[in-house]
Order: sequence, then C-alpha cells, then structure tokens
Amino acid sequence: MSSHDNHPEGVAHHFETAEQQFDSGKLGIWTFLLTEVLFFSALFVAYTMYRDNYPEVFQFASQYLDTNLGALNTLVLLLSSFTIAWGVRNAMLGETKMLTINLIITLICAAGFMVIKAEEYGHKFHEGTLWGGHEHSIFQLDASKVDPEIAAHSKAWSNPDGEFSAAVKDLDPEFRQKLGIFFGVYFCLTGLHGIHVLIGMILLTWLLIRNLRGEFGPKNFAAVDFIALYWHLVDLIWIFLFPLLYLIS
Amino acid sequence: MAPTTNTLDRTNYLNATKGFMSWFWTIDHKRLGLMYLWSVIACFIMGGFFAMKIRLNLMPGAVDFATQTAEQMNAYNNAFTVHGAVMVFLVIIPSIPAALGNFVLPLMLGAKDVAFPRLNRFSYHLWIIGALLFVATLLIGNLDTGWTFYPPYSTGHTDPSVITAVLGAFILGFSSIFTGLNFIVTIHKMRPPQMTWFKMPLFLWAIYATAVIQVLATPVIGISLLLILVEKTMQIGIFTPELGGDPVFFQHLFWFYSHPAVYIMVLPGMGIMSELFATFSRKPIFGYKSIAMSSIAIAIFSFIVWGHHMFISGQSDLMSVIFSALTFSVAVPSAIKVFNWISTMYKGSISFSVPMLYGMSIIWLFGIGGLTGLFLATLGTDVVFHDTYFVVAHFHYVMVGSALFGFIGGIYYWWPKMYGKVVDGPLAKVGCVLSFLGFNLTFLPQFVGGSKGMPRRYAAYGSEQGFDDWNYWSTMGAMVLLAGLSIALFGLLRSFFVKGALSPANPWGGVTLEWQTPSPPPEHNFEIDPPTVGDPYDMSLVEYRGEVEGFLPVNPREDDPCVAYIAPEEA
Amino acid sequence: MNMYTLLSMMLQHQKEDFFFPSQASANAATVDFIFYFIFYVSLFAFITIVLATAIFAWRYRRSKVGMTPEDSPHHSTRIEIVWSVVPSIFMVMMFWYGFEDFTERRTPPADSYEIHAKASKWQWEFEYPNGASSFGFIDAGEYQGKGLFVPLGKNVRIRLESSDVLHSFSIPNFRVKMDVVPGRYTDVWFNAIELGDFPIFCTEYCGTKHSRMLSKVHVVSEEDFAVWLKENQEDPNASPVDKGKRLFSAKCTACHAVDGSTKIGPALNGKYGTIENIVGGTVTIDDNYIRRSILDPSADIVVGFENVPMTSFAGQLSDDDISNITAYLKSLTE
Repeated sequence: MSSHDNHPEGVAHHFETAEQQFDSGKLGIWTFLLTEVLFFSALFVAYTMYRDNYPEVFQFASQYLDTNLGALNTLVLLLSSFTIAWGVRNAMLGETKMLTINLIITLICAAGFMVIKAEEYGHKFHEGTLWGGHEHSIFQLDASKVDPEIAAHSKAWSNPDGEFSAAVKDLDPEFRQKLGIFFGVYFCLTGLHGIHVLIGMILLTWLLIRNLRGEFGPKNFAAVDFIALYWHLVDLIWIFLFPLLYLIS
Repeated sequence: MAPTTNTLDRTNYLNATKGFMSWFWTIDHKRLGLMYLWSVIACFIMGGFFAMKIRLNLMPGAVDFATQTAEQMNAYNNAFTVHGAVMVFLVIIPSIPAALGNFVLPLMLGAKDVAFPRLNRFSYHLWIIGALLFVATLLIGNLDTGWTFYPPYSTGHTDPSVITAVLGAFILGFSSIFTGLNFIVTIHKMRPPQMTWFKMPLFLWAIYATAVIQVLATPVIGISLLLILVEKTMQIGIFTPELGGDPVFFQHLFWFYSHPAVYIMVLPGMGIMSELFATFSRKPIFGYKSIAMSSIAIAIFSFIVWGHHMFISGQSDLMSVIFSALTFSVAVPSAIKVFNWISTMYKGSISFSVPMLYGMSIIWLFGIGGLTGLFLATLGTDVVFHDTYFVVAHFHYVMVGSALFGFIGGIYYWWPKMYGKVVDGPLAKVGCVLSFLGFNLTFLPQFVGGSKGMPRRYAAYGSEQGFDDWNYWSTMGAMVLLAGLSIALFGLLRSFFVKGALSPANPWGGVTLEWQTPSPPPEHNFEIDPPTVGDPYDMSLVEYRGEVEGFLPVNPREDDPCVAYIAPEEA
Repeated sequence: MNMYTLLSMMLQHQKEDFFFPSQASANAATVDFIFYFIFYVSLFAFITIVLATAIFAWRYRRSKVGMTPEDSPHHSTRIEIVWSVVPSIFMVMMFWYGFEDFTERRTPPADSYEIHAKASKWQWEFEYPNGASSFGFIDAGEYQGKGLFVPLGKNVRIRLESSDVLHSFSIPNFRVKMDVVPGRYTDVWFNAIELGDFPIFCTEYCGTKHSRMLSKVHVVSEEDFAVWLKENQEDPNASPVDKGKRLFSAKCTACHAVDGSTKIGPALNGKYGTIENIVGGTVTIDDNYIRRSILDPSADIVVGFENVPMTSFAGQLSDDDISNITAYLKSLTE
C-alpha cells in the first residue's frame, strides 16, 4: 500500500498516472463509439436492402418527409457540434464561464432538434403516413405533394388512364405495403437517433451541473472531451440520415 | 513481516469489508467476478433444470405421442426455449469472460483493477436486470420461440413473453459489451511496462480476442432484438412478410452476432486450456505465438462465416457457397490450438489435478465438436443435418464440451486464488470423470439420431419413427451428467462452507502474475508492486517448496509476502 | 467417369445403415459418400488426438511432487506448418465435394415435374399440375391425409410456400431439406429411386404442434401415379357440401374435429344454427359468423378458447371456398 502515499491527485486508485487514466478513457470512448456505429449499422443495412429492392417506393415515399424541417435540424445539430467542440477547448483552458454558455447552447440546440422532430412525427401521425402495421396507417395523400413526373414513372402509381391518382387506396396494394416499409425504416432510424439525442441531453446536463460546481479545468476535462465525441457521433449519424431519407430523387 | 499462521486470517479482499452493500455496490473486480460466478452457477442450475425436463420428456414412454396435448407440447417448447436462452445468454456467454475474466484479468496484468471499475459494476447490475427479466418471462407467459427468436413466429404468432425475453437479452448484450470494452482498455493500457504483447499470458490473448468480438458483434444483436421488440409491439413491418418485410434478413442479423458469439463462448475456454496445459505439464506452452495469433485469427474469421447457419434458409446459393468456403478458415486455427496443447504435454511432467482432468476432457470433447463441425461446414452434408439432432449434438460438444468444461476447469484452477482453499480430492475427480462419461453418453447418440433425420425441437417422437433407442441412451446419459456435475458443484460448495485444505499462494506452479500474490489476494491485489514480470510460461522461475506445500519464485524478493505464508500443518 | 463418381457408386447401398436411412433418391449416395469421406478423415484425426493425449499423459506423468521436466523445444516452425497445411488440404477437398453436390441439388432439371407444397401451421398441402391435391399432418399419433405422391424415377421439383411462419421441408430418405419462407418461393428437387413410403418432417420450429407437422411421401410407379392423379382430381361438378368437406379436411381438421371432440379448437359438428357463448356475449352460428371466424378469428372467440388464437385464412380461402365450407358445416347439423 506504500504507493498510495504519493498517489497523484485526481487519479483513481488503480491508475498509476493521470496520463494513463486519460488514455484509458479515450480508448474506452472510441471503442464505445465503434459499438454505436455497429448498433446503427443493422438499420443502415436494412435501409440499403429495402431501397435496393424497392427503389421506386423509396423515391416516392421520401416526398412525404419535410425536407425543410430536416434541413433545419441538420443546421441545428451542426451548430451544437460546433459549440460542444468549443466547449472542450474552454474546459482545457479553464474558461468555466464560456464552457457554461457553450453547454447551454448545445443543450438548447438538442432540445430544438427534438421539438422539430416531434413536430414532424406529429404531422405524420396526423396524416397517417406511418409504417405498414399501424392501424391508422392509411396513406391518404395530398395530391399537391406528388410529383407527376415520378408518379408517371411508377407503374404501380399510374392508374389505367395514365393519370396519377392522389388517393393511396388506388395504389397497387403491394406498392402500398412497401410504402409502409419505408416509413418503418424511417421511424426506426430517426427514433433510435432521437433516443441518442435524449441520452446526449442527459449527459450534457450532467456536464453543466459539474461545470457549475467548478469541477472542470485544464487538469480535468476528460468528461467534456468524451461526451463531446459522443455528441459528434450523434451529429454525424444525422448527417447520414438526412440525405438518405429526405433527399432521395 | 512476521509469518502469519493462517492465510484466511489475514486481511484480504474477502474479509476487508463486510455487509451486503460492501458486495453489491463493490467496484472490486475480484468481488464482481465472484458475484458473476455464483449468479452464473445459479442460472446454470435453472438452465439445467429445463435440460432435464427436455430429456425426461423425450425418454421413450414418458409421453404418448398419440395423446400428447397441446398444453404438454407448449410446455416442452417452453422448456427447450428457456434452456437455450438461459444457457446461452445467462450462462455460457458471461461464464468465463465475466466471472473468471473479471477475477483473473487484472491479477494477471499485475494491475489493481480493470480500467473502469464503476462501469464493471454497472455491467454486473445490467446483467442482474437482464436475468430478472428472464425470470419474469418464465412467470408471465409461455416463451416458445427457441432461443433464436425467428420472426415471423416470434413477432406475430406467439404470446407477449417474447417482449420481456428480448428485452432481457438486449440488456444482457449491453452488459457483455461493457465488459468487453473494459477488458480491451485494461489490456491495452494497464499492462506493466515489462509485459509486451508477446509476454502476455495466453488466457489474456483469448480474453482480448473475445472482447473484440463482444464489442463488435453484440451491438448488432442488440439492434436486431430491438427490432423484434418494435415489430412485436407495433408491427413495424421490417421482418413481417405480410407488410413487405423479409424474415430472412433477421436471420442474417441474428447470426452475424450469434456465430461470433460461439467464439465468445469457446475462445476463453481455449485460453484456460493453454494455462492448464502449461502449468500442469510444467512446461512452456508449445507454439506460444501460433496460439496467440490463432485466437486473433478466430476472432476475425468468426465475423465472415455467419451464413453457414443459413444454407437452406433461402439465401442465395452463391452466398452459401462462399460462406461454406470461409467457414473452413475457422477450422484451421482451432486445429492448430489442439495440436499445440497436445505437444505441450510431450516430455512434460504431467500432474492429474482436477483442472488438468477437465483440460484433457476438453481435448477429446472439442475434438469431436470441432470435427463434426466439418460435416456442417460442407454444403452437401449440412443440407441433410441442418436442424436435426446432429447439429444439437455438435454445438453441445463445442459449448458444453469446451466452454462449460473450460469454465469448470477454470473454477477449480483459480478456486485457491478465490477462496484460499484447494479442492483436489478424489471426489472432485470422480465428478469430472462422471461428467465426461455422462456427457458423451448424452450426446453421441444424438449424432446418430440426427444423421437418421431426427428433427430438433420436437415435443415427441412416434416409436415408428425409429428414434427411441437414441433418445433412451441420451436421457440415461443426461442422468449421469447430472450426477457428475452435481458432484463437481458439491466439491466446490463443501470447500466454500467447510474449512478445507488451505492454499499457498501458488498451489499448481503457475508462472503468471496472479500466483505471485497471496491466496486470497489483498484488496488491491498485490502487497508489493510492481510484481516481477517474466516469461509467463518459463517454469524454471518457480520451484516446489515443501514447507509451503506449493511453489515459490526461485529467487523470491525479500519483501515477497508469499514467502511468509507457511503451510497450514505448521500452524 | 471420374474417381469421385466411382467411389460414390462403390458406397452405394439401398438399405438403411448405421448412420442413414435408405437411399431413396438418386443423389442420396453422393451425400453419403461425402459424409463417409469426412467421417473417415475425422476418425483418423480423432484417433490420433486421443492416442497422443493418452500416450503422453501416461508416459510423462509426474512421478514426484513439483518435478520440473528437462527442457524440450517450445515450438517448431516445420511441424506447425505441417499440421496447418495438411488439414487444410483435406478441408479443401471437403468443401469441393460439398460444393459440387450442392450446386447439383440446387439446380432442378428443366424437365422436372412440378408439385406445389403449401406449408401452414401445422400441415402440408400438395397441389399437382392437374388440380389434384392432397394434404398431410399427424393427429392422435396417426398420419392424416394422403400425403405427397411422386412417380418413381422422374425428376420432381417441389415448389414451397408458406402462408404463416417459417417451416422447413425435409425428407431424410431423399437427403433433401429446404426452408419454407413466407413471402417468397423456395424449392427442392429429387429423383426417387425406391418404391415405398418415406416420412416428411417439418424441420424449422413453427409453434405448438411443430412435432406433428409430419406427412409421408409415397413413391409409386409412373402408371400408378397417373391413376392416382386422375382419381384425386377435383370434380368441378361436385356439390358445395363435397367441395366444402374437401376444403375442411385440408384446412381445418388440424384444429377442429367433426366428431364432437375438442382438439385445439372446438368441435364443429352440430353447431350450425345453435347459440354459442363467446367472449363478451353470445352469438348465433350462422353464415356470417362462420365467415367472420375464418377471416377475422379473434373477433368473436368462443369461451374456453381464448388462449389458442386461430390464424386468419384471409387470402387463402376465396368467397366460394368459404360458402362451400359453410355448406359443409350446415350439412353436419341436418
């Protein structure tokens, strides 16, 4: 037990040096992010597979997503990524006040993202553009949203007269069923991503509280650094989701 | 330091603090390891209960094929599902990595703990929650999907107990991921400076390879189970054919995890084998580097062979051919390990202590398990054997014959380090031999039944189907196996509750670092630090010393506490 | 003729042996050859391992407590290469044989006679090109229905489809097996070379009565097969009651008896026109109730059967089918 007499301050009992502790944490968070990527990967595979199987359905269904709101959310998350990165810098330099401000902005962005997402979800539940097995999933579509050119190219979508129809009940039932797959994939991907944003918000709040207690500084910024990495990943996943889901054409 | 009369009277990690919370809320890897150990054993007893239920049900004459009711069939379907799910998710996957790995890994590294002790505690608590969800599953419904949870049966055609089971497996997955992550970081960052990668004990190589699989494969089963959950509760459609989904897609995701998971189960057992064969032959392990590298090779190859579970699932034939070819690539490193272990015995000085008896059993059992795998990797024969008892027998040889026997061998090997007592009597040996014989009697007949076409997961067979003899012997074997395992467990429990022969620091003559600290170790593992790091298999570094009835370093340091421990008789 | 076909011919046997049931299809012998090839290679490897372990264990047993042996080599690159490469060579052979056989087995000849097999919980239904049909499952320990009929010595391709969950179609004597996947077609083919009856198993777990999803394949001569086909062709002029009876025995008898006994579901004889207790009230069993029960079974469940939900037959039975079944059930009361 002799080594404990001169054990460095702020270093857990089982580490020899602060550097070893920080490096371990860094390797740990990177490994964790790798598992997160794999966690999402199955859904990306599902997306790729079904899009490959039903390209015209994905192209068609994508129009029911609100590209403006999606783009806004992308901007919001990018801003939050910027502020959290700045926050890490603040923590390293001991700029406690600026760190507080950056954490709060990041939190506001995260909350904003969730509000916008909730708005989108609410709209879809209202319209019934949901996954196939949902009882209210009826795909009563607004004619103004259908691009006639795409409709004309989609055999399943054209009615016998060659005109496109606005009511999905006229759709080929198989086509309608596959619309449900698109929204199934959409809700799974964005839902899982949303859960990650919520977890991120809890972690950011925890950082904020610790910062207000004055716990972070040049010698102790690991937690900020690691959570920032997590937040960047959440942001990065959205950057993939946005074009894959909203911008199919 | 004055000689102490009794190792157990000294302050050690077992008696340093007392009370329920000192265990439940501990961050000590050794205590967590022990809690995993006993929890896993409890689950093993639960899984074993269902195994016996299966075997008794299949005993010819036990159930009349003609008059079996739907309730009886459901009960059987529940039994094989719970047996499989409990044994896989709650017993074999956590057995060696979480229980023994947690206990031994930091000790082998000369470290005070794993890199993230609190995360380690969190893993254990997640594990408990997962286990409780499985228990809840038993209470709320009749889980009957098989441990594979294949849709659309699991999502659209059976009762809601799937929800708790899937949630339980999901949470257990995260427990497994965090344990693996912890081990990876610990091995990378907490080795003592003198311990280069190739001076690492082979058990650590195996645990490292296992951890890589845990971290990379488990998230995929996590998301797949989550999708089953949303499919079941909300009919999201991804796996449901009526809604345009593809049930075979689930099988790909499932086996992308579950095939590597086979190596999560087997690799640590192989690591234990390497330790046992070196120590009990008192010889450096033969072909250290090829054993280490074969662990890594197995971990890598394990990710590209999952499709061999799906040769007849409806996946494309080209994929089946590719997966068959790749599958053989896993066989080679496995074979290399077996040859290396046997060669380690050559010109050794072999002691038949209980752990070594398990080690030698594994050589034979894993031999059968591995070789029968060849029939299943080969396309032509797999079509015949798929989903028959041939497969059942094959994977029991691998999972029980290698992983479980490795686990038990490992428990006996490190038991002295855990509790400061040695269990090496004739009774424990009888337990091992009976288990070995019972195991073979149970599963050898299943190979033949399977090759004759006996399908898996059948609640009963009619006599005219001609499988009665094989089922009869299999059930008889299960009785013997039950007796053997009960004796093995009894030996441990007796040692736990009754004061048995006390153990020196190094009863078997191992050279790895965990033997360089007293048994049981102090709270922070080593009293002197850093411990001396040498070649982990240079047997000339330790010698037998009659006065401690065990082994000591040839040139012990003056302050080495192990020297001060004297034999119990002289106390 | 290469070495491989020669060997497989030498191994050809018609009778059941220790490992396998009789070789009742043309390529069964090939599979058995591959099996025995791997078996003997493995047996040799296994005996080597066992002997080496046993001999070393005896020869080098520790004679004195704590004895350290003399130094011996820790590794040998040469021997390690040998024991990596030699098994690899055998494995390449195993892969190749398996691959050849698999390719052949997965490619039905163009001239194959096609039979459709429909799997549903828990029975097989077989439809022949001329409209004849038969079915099979186990009840009370007895094979029900006529099972599958195939002609001797002809290439037969079975197209498999499932109306509910995963099943798997297996005939051990033919050494064939293929999963039946809802939402897509799969197939197997074989050429039966032995007259007789052989078991058909479902080998993918499919729920409660998975163990009873059994039938038989009857291999008959081509002449007998032609006769059988003709006899079992559906008569378009049959009465609705007869058509309904046929449908009922194919679709419903797995769960419903007509002799008053309770199987999975309630018996259906003498029920038409009576009043039945259902969950949340009573209902008169009439045409509408029967239709609803077939298409949306969980809507009105008879008291006592809440825990054994029936699957919907929507999409499997046409309106005509349903009215024929109704006519049959009606006839059971009169």
